Amino acid sequence: MGKTLSEKILSAHAGHDVRAGEFAVACVDLVYVQDGTGPLTVRQLEKLGFKTVSSPQRSIVFIDHASPSPRQELSNDHRLLREFCRRTGAILSDTGNGISHNVASEDYINPGEVVVGADSHTCTGGALCAFATGMGSTDIAVAMALGHTWLRVPETWKIAVAGTFPKGVYAKDFMLHFIGTVSADGATYKALEFTGPAMESLPMSGRLTISNMAVESGAKAGLFNSDSVTKAFLESLGRPAGYRPLQADPDAAYEKIMNFDVSTLEPMVACPHFVDNVHPVGTVEPLAVNQVFIGTSTNGRLDDFRVAAAILKGKKVAPGVRLLVTPGSRRTLLDGLADGTIQTLAEAGGIITGPGCGACVGVHEGVLGDGEVCVATQNRNFKGRMGNPNAFIYLASPATAAATAITGRITDPREFL
Amino acid sequence: MVTLMELKGKIWKFGDNVDTDAIIPARYLNTSDPAELAKHCMEDAAPSFPAKVKAGDIIVAGANFGCGSSREHAPIAIKAAGVACVIAKSFARIFYRNAFNTGLPILECPEAFDSIGEGDEVAVSLGSGEIRILKDGRKLNAQPVPEFMQVLLKEGGLMNYVKKKAGL
Repeated sequence: MGKTLSEKILSAHAGHDVRAGEFAVACVDLVYVQDGTGPLTVRQLEKLGFKTVSSPQRSIVFIDHASPSPRQELSNDHRLLREFCRRTGAILSDTGNGISHNVASEDYINPGEVVVGADSHTCTGGALCAFATGMGSTDIAVAMALGHTWLRVPETWKIAVAGTFPKGVYAKDFMLHFIGTVSADGATYKALEFTGPAMESLPMSGRLTISNMAVESGAKAGLFNSDSVTKAFLESLGRPAGYRPLQADPDAAYEKIMNFDVSTLEPMVACPHFVDNVHPVGTVEPLAVNQVFIGTSTNGRLDDFRVAAAILKGKKVAPGVRLLVTPGSRRTLLDGLADGTIQTLAEAGGIITGPGCGACVGVHEGVLGDGEVCVATQNRNFKGRMGNPNAFIYLASPATAAATAITGRITDPREFL
Repeated sequence: MVTLMELKGKIWKFGDNVDTDAIIPARYLNTSDPAELAKHCMEDAAPSFPAKVKAGDIIVAGANFGCGSSREHAPIAIKAAGVACVIAKSFARIFYRNAFNTGLPILECPEAFDSIGEGDEVAVSLGSGEIRILKDGRKLNAQPVPEFMQVLLKEGGLMNYVKKKAGL
């Protein structure tokens, strides 16, 4: 019997064969925290009495959530994190460098690795065929200290996606449709493997969007095979040595196989206050919006901003709408400056912020007012997510967000293509 | 050490998909002080909760409790608010691990939500997973804790387990 991607990767890291349902102690290749969860990790390490980390060059502290800091308590947390990095040699990815998942995928993660992070969207790394999953601060403290963690090897669902994406429909629309189909806890504890022609044809940016949102269906990980797209991505970043081909065995045992076809898919929107409250954009009431936010670990990459810029080029953001543009990493910002994408978005009326999580978590840079409506390219629309429980968040692709910014109402992007 | 004791408490009921932003909104993550977090626990879902919850109370919820962020502040806030145990139809994966690691007792019991009402009193045996509804004496059985996690609990949680393993 063959193995799923998760079984292959976790077996290699446990040092013996493990199968779905078994518990494994696996060594980890990369472990990271961010400024929301990191202070607790540092304090737990202190409580445990650990003065060092197992592998400083593969332990990263990202200051991305409240960055630059909007208040003194958080500034002091940042001081604690910087001091921790100085003391242990762990890598500091400070304010302005970008979101953990974006930077990790660009600079650190290789196919076949085990990656754990104190952030639920650590599953983003699955796009690079790593077994990447989020945990809490204490779990990550232990992984950082010892270099290994315990895991239950998940059962895998094969998500086979056929067809070609129609114009105006993107990886984000597919993932929202998938979550709407399986529900917010439908895939709890499972690993998802995204395969089929529609997934193989996706650029790495689209794959990262999909893996990023795996957790929104309850999943532990969302993986893609390591293939020519993975190879080209690593080469483009100057990391060709990290590449290795990796795919699930043809006779791997799947708990479930789901078939999709994107050929007839429409732009989708997740309505408040749940990620699985998903509807085609044409059926959603065209509400007036106050804020449009393009960025995040879901859709904060150059390809995303290019899609938005193509729609916004030569146009203006509707009066009364705030368009926030937050590059996911410094690399994305620099590349977007170099090719004119950021210029286009700024000319249209976009507010360009420094790389980081931006308005997504609701601690700075775009907290919503009472009764306000926001269309965002992020991954969560929970009540209170963007800092105000009396606001309404709609999740959509960068194209839908850009079209909405122009009209001031929730809008089908195909009107502008 | 988590003692596998008998709990008795009054029920607070919440629905499906209680997310970590509802349990403790990110705007309060400028502290990891349990007492401070407890002051805002569940306030977006039930504004009166932080003021009215009493030590020993028990939460009963629907499916996917604790979905969303990996923030460990969520189980810490619930525990610090005085909640003795959370019983839900199911838990989100990361919350489940975090609850064990922070010593918040949790039980998976699909029948509890429909059988137990707001304000009811129940007795819970964490060892056996038996839940007894005091007003009518009905008994429910929660899913047993996986063996691997029982080892962690017996050692007093992940931190103590690691300390012992590492000889600290």
